[in-house]
Amino acid sequence: MSLLVMNNIKKTFDQLEVLKDISIKIDEGEILSIIGPSGSGKSTLLRCATMLESIDDGEIIYDGNYATSTKNGKTEYASKIELKKIAELYGLVFQNFNLFPHMTVMQNIIDAPVRVQKKAKEIAMEEALKLLNKMGLLDKAEAYPYQLSGGQSQRVAIARALALKPKILFFDEPTSALDPELTGEVLKVIKSLADLHIAMVIVTHEMAFAKDISDRVIFMADGLVIEEGTPLEVFASDNQRTKDFLGRYASML
Amino acid sequence: MTISQIMVQLAAGMGVSIQIFIVTLIFSLPLGLIVAFGRMSKNKVISSIVKFYISIMRGTPLMLQLMVVYFGPYYLFGIKISNSYRLWAAFIGFIINYSAYFAEIYRSGIQSMPSGQYEAAKLLGYSKSQTFFIIIMPQVIKIILPSVTNEVITLVKDTSLAFTISVAEMFTIAKALSSSQTSMVPFVAAALFYYIFNFIVAYLMEYAENKMSYYR
Repeated sequence: MSLLVMNNIKKTFDQLEVLKDISIKIDEGEILSIIGPSGSGKSTLLRCATMLESIDDGEIIYDGNYATSTKNGKTEYASKIELKKIAELYGLVFQNFNLFPHMTVMQNIIDAPVRVQKKAKEIAMEEALKLLNKMGLLDKAEAYPYQLSGGQSQRVAIARALALKPKILFFDEPTSALDPELTGEVLKVIKSLADLHIAMVIVTHEMAFAKDISDRVIFMADGLVIEEGTPLEVFASDNQRTKDFLGRYASML
Repeated sequence: MTISQIMVQLAAGMGVSIQIFIVTLIFSLPLGLIVAFGRMSKNKVISSIVKFYISIMRGTPLMLQLMVVYFGPYYLFGIKISNSYRLWAAFIGFIINYSAYFAEIYRSGIQSMPSGQYEAAKLLGYSKSQTFFIIIMPQVIKIILPSVTNEVITLVKDTSLAFTISVAEMFTIAKALSSSQTSMVPFVAAALFYYIFNFIVAYLMEYAENKMSYYR
């Protein structure tokens, strides 16, 4: 059984069809990259998968639990309680981090596990320190977000998401707000997560990274999945649309 | 009347002024938050009613509002006004007026919060009230503190408006003493009182602002 199944997702913003019938599947521990031009609906797809946007039509199924289902041609969301349970399965790393500025790095990481998941504070702190160590930020535990660089902020945001132990972690252009040097350190950290065996869905413009890390790559354009396959298949595609897009990144590959 | 006798009389008025100040703050700061929620409500009926209330409170003189609160019960409903109602009328008038102003300050702060803070909180599983009180409100307080300071300083001076309904606060007594003694001393003393009061308020609010400056 797939960890996440999205069937025939449709989403329209003010008559603009952003997602036109998209279907994707993610298995446990799988790493999926979604590439494509700006405005192709990649971020919207993630926002729909994480319930930040509501879909107009389609099904979202996490681990067999229907977050939305279609009955008699109408799409309905599950109850708040069910959605809350489903929400424990996934986490999201934002493009602009969205750390809580009034909390230290440590508080940012442990507050949700302690307050929401009712984890003992000592255990949460221990786990947070392990995560910070993995992120190379052990010395920043007591720093406030304004004292961090963009790359450090994004690594804290990743640690914060991981602290809730999701089964699937979405990355919405995690390096788009960073300069090339900081991008490298964040990508290195994401790569190092592969051994955690959580599924990752990464929307990115870092083609070399996508090619390198992914089990599977999806190329999206104009609200549709144009191509899907292993990195080798997609990056060596004969599809003209895919070739045109990837051609612009040729120097990076 | 010696200066010290004048001071004793003024001191009593001072006590009443401080009382109006404190009671107004204790009630209007939390009420303002509730009014702000009403103003931002998705329910059109609630938000329009609250919007109307705020516009009346901001659009008419506080002096007139005090008079309406004080004389209203008699003129509108024929209820006999007792002498002890004076101070209550002042409390009520100040509270409903200041709640409206504080509500707008809260609203400006709450609406300035980036949506990303709400989204991050939602993804981390915070409930709506947790999101508001743990994530949003602490940041809002820091943002609105300078505007609140302004409003609180205005309140110190506005307490003198209770004079219009003959509440025996500082200014009422200063004016009475000044005319009976044909002396400027009560006015000078009153001015000093308001100035020192506000000096302390400004000092405390600056202290609070510094306390909040541990993050940016």
